Amino acid sequence: MLSNVESEALWLSLSIAARSVLLNLPFAVLVAWLLTRTRFAGRTLFDAFVHLPLVLPPVVVGYLLLVLFGIRGPIGGWLHDRFGIQLAFTSAGAALATAVMSFPLVVRSIRISLENVDRGLEDAARTLGAGPVDRFFSITLPLIAPGILAGAVTAFAAGLGEFGAVITFASNIPGETRTLPLALYTALQTPDGDPVAARLAIISLSLGFAGLLVAEFLNRLMRRRLGR
Amino acid sequence: MLRVELQKRRGEFALDVAFSAPTPGVTALLGRSGCGKSTLISLIAGLLLPDAGRVVVDDDVLYDGARHLSVDARHRRMGVVFQDARLFPHLAVRANLEYGARRLAAAVSKPIGFDDVVGLLGLGGLLERRPHQLSGGEKQRVALGRALRAQPRLMLLDEPLASLDLARREEVLPYLERLRDAFAIPIVYVSHQFDEVLRLATRVVLLDSGRVVADGDIATVSRDTRLREIVGPDSVGAVVAGHVEHIDAAGLAVVRVGDAELTVELDDAVVGQRIQIQVLARDVIVATELPRAISVRNRVAARVVSIAPDVGRSVLVELDIGRTSTLLARITARASQELELASDKQVWALIKAVSLRGHAFSVPTR
Repeated sequence: MLSNVESEALWLSLSIAARSVLLNLPFAVLVAWLLTRTRFAGRTLFDAFVHLPLVLPPVVVGYLLLVLFGIRGPIGGWLHDRFGIQLAFTSAGAALATAVMSFPLVVRSIRISLENVDRGLEDAARTLGAGPVDRFFSITLPLIAPGILAGAVTAFAAGLGEFGAVITFASNIPGETRTLPLALYTALQTPDGDPVAARLAIISLSLGFAGLLVAEFLNRLMRRRLGR
Repeated sequence: MLRVELQKRRGEFALDVAFSAPTPGVTALLGRSGCGKSTLISLIAGLLLPDAGRVVVDDDVLYDGARHLSVDARHRRMGVVFQDARLFPHLAVRANLEYGARRLAAAVSKPIGFDDVVGLLGLGGLLERRPHQLSGGEKQRVALGRALRAQPRLMLLDEPLASLDLARREEVLPYLERLRDAFAIPIVYVSHQFDEVLRLATRVVLLDSGRVVADGDIATVSRDTRLREIVGPDSVGAVVAGHVEHIDAAGLAVVRVGDAELTVELDDAVVGQRIQIQVLARDVIVATELPRAISVRNRVAARVVSIAPDVGRSVLVELDIGRTSTLLARITARASQELELASDKQVWALIKAVSLRGHAFSVPTR
């Protein structure tokens, strides 16, 4: 049904999006928690910084990643020399770029559900002998699970289509970083590529639609579990 | 025994209270909303830090402002039941009940078993349900069980019935009575409803604007004029306590109060049981001679202690019925003049048996 190029791009898209979500979640939960539950100097600045990828052109994000995580960048260089990890122009790098782009979406989603958690429940847990870490994992985390899930699904769906940051930081390498949107773009640059582009567009469309349906299903399941 | 002495300032509101609650028994913190009751509960539980004072349970100092000592709420072992139950929505009833129990150190003895709690509070059919599938009354029962299973040294009940309608309240109250009688734990019961307090508590601490205005056994506090401002003039009446002497031929309980015997309608009364009765001032008739052929069951010899102006054209007569027990009677000022009532005058207090409601207190079994 799918040609090699198409299935390769499809799987790469799914894999990069999935990896970006996994990379995202722990940090997003931490940052959302910091932003809702703590007060520190520079909190507003930190908040703005977290939301930067929403307003910056993706190419700029890709460029900044290249500066920081490129083989000669301060972080990328260290990773390469110390652990032999190369991020620029690899699928891991594509996942990183995708993660950075969708990070504000995930933080926002988790933050909203954190703000809706009844602090009284945490107080009740405290009187029942639960310490702060225990309270977070036994009460807070299960209660914000719908928000985490919603954030993850949104990030995954958005990650399937990330273009600018990926092509800038990870380039457009077939089988490595050529995801669906990049393959579509490539097809459009090729003479007689229009039918290929059309098929890729249809795949993207179906994927997005399926993603939204799955998100809605999971959301309902979660809500039922929490009795809302 | 709980001893509390706390100060806390929050903006314009200042809380400054001292009271104690004995083991076992229910001490009611009674006051209008906004008098600082819930704040006080948070301070005792350790959820809020006081400005100064002391909180001591038995010999354990849990808070001492002078020594900058404050035991974290999670180590205080206080069974807190909140007005809104606060059950964990993602956990079934069983897991809610065991939340605190699972977090206890292995060394802590656990005399209050799972089956005890389930049996006492009638939770058997609810264990696999989730909180959203429970009625308001069931939620409060689970919250009580959850607090009990954490083996508390003290129970703090913050208006546990306030969010329930009248029918649900009646459904939960018997469980609170059972809880009171089953375990030798001091219970602090916060409420603004005198009828709940009458049913559950033997000691009352009256709070107004963050201060204790009266503190003592319920009989003493019931005669305090400051209670009137909280319960309203229609609910003014002395609370008297006594023991069931016998059950008469008609099935009415005869309760000895002071030197008098009061006949009361009371379900399932047991001889020897301690009974608390509120005698509303407006239900007491004062006579200087004993009328013959009258339906009133209770005719009590009494001595006038004092006559004080009351609402409208009435006066409030305090009547000594022996052994420090007194009644309050509200009569018109005119009736008082016609009967020539004065201090030390011997009179009869007439009270219809059907106007009396008795509340039974069992002797704690443990």
